Amino acid sequence: MTFPEWMRFINREIRKDLDIYMRKQLLSMLETNRRLDKEEAAILLGVTAEEIANEMAAMEKEKIICGYHTLIDWDKTKEEKVTALIEVKVTPQRGLGFDKIAERIYNFPEVNAIYLMSGGFDFTVIIEKKTMREVAAFVSDKLAPLEAIQSTATHFVLKKYKDHGTIMDDVRDERILVTP
Amino acid sequence: MDSSRFLSEKVKEIKPSGIRKFFDIVSEMKDAISLGVGEPDFETPWHIREEGIFSLEKGKTFYTSNSGLMELREEIAKYLARKIHVSYDHKSEILVTVGGSEGIDAVLRAVLNPGDEVLIPEPCYVSYVPCAKLADGVPVSIELKEEDNFKLTRELLLEKITPKSKVLILPFPNNPTGGIMTKEDLEAIADVIIDNDLLVLSDEIYSELTYQGEHVSIASLPGMKDRTIVINGFSKAYAMTGWRLGYTAGPKEILSQVTKIHQFAIMCAPTTSQYAAISALRNGDPDVEMMRESYNQRRRYLMHAFKRMGLDCFEPFGAFYMFPSIKRFGMTSEEFATRFLEEEKVAVVPGTAFGDCGEGFLRISYAYSLEQLKVALERLERFIKKLDSENNTKQDS
Repeated sequence: MTFPEWMRFINREIRKDLDIYMRKQLLSMLETNRRLDKEEAAILLGVTAEEIANEMAAMEKEKIICGYHTLIDWDKTKEEKVTALIEVKVTPQRGLGFDKIAERIYNFPEVNAIYLMSGGFDFTVIIEKKTMREVAAFVSDKLAPLEAIQSTATHFVLKKYKDHGTIMDDVRDERILVTP
Repeated sequence: MDSSRFLSEKVKEIKPSGIRKFFDIVSEMKDAISLGVGEPDFETPWHIREEGIFSLEKGKTFYTSNSGLMELREEIAKYLARKIHVSYDHKSEILVTVGGSEGIDAVLRAVLNPGDEVLIPEPCYVSYVPCAKLADGVPVSIELKEEDNFKLTRELLLEKITPKSKVLILPFPNNPTGGIMTKEDLEAIADVIIDNDLLVLSDEIYSELTYQGEHVSIASLPGMKDRTIVINGFSKAYAMTGWRLGYTAGPKEILSQVTKIHQFAIMCAPTTSQYAAISALRNGDPDVEMMRESYNQRRRYLMHAFKRMGLDCFEPFGAFYMFPSIKRFGMTSEEFATRFLEEEKVAVVPGTAFGDCGEGFLRISYAYSLEQLKVALERLERFIKKLDSENNTKQDS
């Protein structure tokens, strides 16, 4: 390998490390701030705003970034909302693995999240409704009757203390104002 | 009757901390915000706190050995080997102290004879000068310069060395300037230190907070370990200021005497904190990395903001402080800080709190959330514009 070729190789390696670093930092910023200002992120990470925009566009395309959501503490609003966590046991049928059953469940718009689990049951389904009655209706009318479903156990969330890594209550700065 | 007749002359002569004075003004203001703190804004990581709680539950409420828990000293030795590449015997070369501060005091008391000179690069942390005086030493300040990025250079050191010089304090990464000493910078002064047979008290409390390459300890240079005492602790790296826990590492002949002072003055560092610190050293690396990255982002943000608003500042690569120059406004650091506090309700510390050569500078801490920093920077920009327009009117008339 001639010298310039070798230089190019090194640069590419360093370039790759920088990209990995930038992606990680950018994602952890976005995870807690969907309104991230690209100019500001560029200053914080010591790169250009254009690089941030390109990286974000690339990650959106790769479906690494799947959306920009807002974390809302509904308890502090007048909105009535109940969240239920449903443990679901299923019997996978021939040609209809877990993925297909999951699809049948997640297509209901009221399903907020669904995870395939290890252990005593198969799916965790999280749904949000206005009242407990509505949740009950969804479970008995929509979810339980699905052919593959063996059983369900519904748990209601009473209070959210922390969600998506964020503590719902304010944390105060307890420090003395001026110290050496 | 006035009881001050009982006081020692030595203590009376010591000036109260310049920061204290400022703190008194700030604490009377109700809605002031601050860029004036010298401690992390993060809470201690939960796994460390949890370990402290667990030790209390298990009834670990007794004294430990004077030097500290053996298990903790072992972890400290491993940590130092891993981070600064110097091996210390945990049985005889490491002492667990009440914060880094106790180590500074005890070491100076252990090594100084009356009249011995202590070389202190300034601006620096507030306790070296009083501790040297209390130990009957003579503090000799070395004024570091902004054009050297507040590094200790060979020339500046040579200028102040006399036959009475005994100890050199090396406080890097530096509070208040944010300056650091790279390996090359340290190599440039190491032979001067050896030639003049100086002992180095290397205060490395901010060692984990460097943003340009890895922190290098002078103890790792050839011939330096036997003449260096390393001071470090948990306050800054692990956000554990309130736990009051630090350590001192150095040659056993010196450490055994320092331990004597520690034993009679302190007995041992807080037991709960020592148990918690074991978890910090064993499992705390990801926490340190997260905090370092966060400080670094804010550092870049402040650099950028200062440039935009026309505030001169050298780029600091350590600790969590910026040390901008306010010389162009034609006022003293204290005047600037006082007016800024009165008019914009933001507390910053005047550079003079860290030595006379801090005149013309401010210490601005970035141990705050980005949101807090933004509010304070907005006020700083407004204040600077006001000063500039005042100065322009003065010049016009």
